[in-house]
Amino acid sequence: MTAHLDIRDLRVSFHSGAERVDAVRGVSFRVERGASYGIVGESGSGKSTVLRAICGLAPVTGGEVLFEGRPVSEPRDAAFYRNVQMVFQDPYASLHPRHTIDRVLSEPLAIHGFKDRDKRIETALRDVGLGPRFRFAYPHQLSGGQRQRVAVARALILEPTVLLLDEPTSALDASIQAEVLNLLDRLRAERGLTYVLVSHDLAVVAHMCEQLMVMQHGQTVEVMTRADLQAGRATQDYTRRLLAASEGYTPMETSA
Amino acid sequence: MSDLLTVEDLRVRFPSRNGPVEVVRGVTFALGRERLGIVGESGSGKSQTGRAILGLTPPPGQAEAKRLEFDGIDLRNADKATWRRLRGARISMVMQDPKFSLNPVMTIGKQLVECWNLHAGTSRAEAKDRAIAMLEAVQIRDPKRVFGAYPHELSGGMGQRAMIAMMLITEPDMLIADEPTSALDVTVQIEVLRILDRLVSERGMGLILISHDLRLVSSFCDRVLVMYAGKVVEELKASELLNAQHPYTRGLYNCLPKIDGSARPLPTLQREESWAE
Repeated sequence: MTAHLDIRDLRVSFHSGAERVDAVRGVSFRVERGASYGIVGESGSGKSTVLRAICGLAPVTGGEVLFEGRPVSEPRDAAFYRNVQMVFQDPYASLHPRHTIDRVLSEPLAIHGFKDRDKRIETALRDVGLGPRFRFAYPHQLSGGQRQRVAVARALILEPTVLLLDEPTSALDASIQAEVLNLLDRLRAERGLTYVLVSHDLAVVAHMCEQLMVMQHGQTVEVMTRADLQAGRATQDYTRRLLAASEGYTPMETSA
Repeated sequence: MSDLLTVEDLRVRFPSRNGPVEVVRGVTFALGRERLGIVGESGSGKSQTGRAILGLTPPPGQAEAKRLEFDGIDLRNADKATWRRLRGARISMVMQDPKFSLNPVMTIGKQLVECWNLHAGTSRAEAKDRAIAMLEAVQIRDPKRVFGAYPHELSGGMGQRAMIAMMLITEPDMLIADEPTSALDVTVQIEVLRILDRLVSERGMGLILISHDLRLVSSFCDRVLVMYAGKVVEELKASELLNAQHPYTRGLYNCLPKIDGSARPLPTLQREESWAE
């Protein structure tokens, strides 16, 4: 069976002057249809760059990105974006401050030539738990959690099959994080969506994903299932350190 | 044991179009030589509480209190000279993000020496030795290089450590740390907390750690104040977090996903009007 998303030996390098930075150095993974795949790592590990490279926001300098078994075009075509959408980390930065929610949601519909925009916008808002009264509001009139719901609605309005989630809750308070995670969980169950979720928070990934990859310095450190993670079956030292750190502060432990 | 800091009925208000808004509404607590955590969501008034203690409420905001005493000194109407003697020398504050709190056009070493000279005023060589020793104390491996480096040449974790070194070079009696580690990666976060921990236990410093991270604070601090809508809704021993009484504290803890499995859907926080009263 072909995987929904198949990443083979992905490499991303950035050039600034004579310097070259290899942000992603040969990463491979497959995500089956309807699965949720997590990527965990610390800042600078290249985890967000992997997502950005998949949807064409970062240059792919090596390897292949296969969507439904076929290599994606360069640049990505409209059909790709109808199927693959991204939700960004910071809803304070990712929504245009001078566009109403209505405008944010109708733009992708206009680009892709959808009819019945009115109905779709209303449905999209309802799906993410916002009422029609938010439709003509501006982002500054919404709380962080409401904004992230709008960002999810913006991604879902084209009815994609894959969502790329880049730290979707790390800018939010814990109580709001729970609401957004529940929303994402529900939408996946209802629509059979495929997720790739990037986070620095192991607990979030453990909750949302069946399989995960730990990244460091642009490379894969370890691939684990949720059961492995929950049982603490980490084979690599780095993963064990991450696991220990996410349990909270331990005064006794001597630092490595 | 005498208290280092006494705060009674602290209030901070900001004017708005609809009349003054109180963001801190009657906070009372005392700090000894211990690790005290203040936890709350954004907008709960935890940072404004920390700033008000140091007299740093940004205008047009105003802070007032029935009592605000540091080591017997009344801070409410302290004049500029008194503040100069206290801030940096006896009470320090570490901010969230080193990117915005370090001077970008001055080397780390120069900033450290400046801080030391303001309060101690010794010879240049001694100040430099002192600064390098302090960088070593916050676990910077190559203190000589960092001494001569500019902030942009350091990683976030290094910058935060340099800032902590700067705040601690004068050996203050009290440190207010406002989200000192939330811009850092989890593994670095633990290292920075270790440094603070050692300072409390070795030098007997009083520490106020302000954070949104209930799990982190409860594993690090001795005592935790939980703030909601400008008020302290619960005070508890950190070890007793799991037995918290207030539904807000419990809700805040329960809505965190846990690695070893959590409810699906996650329990969410059902806020009640009465909490804010």
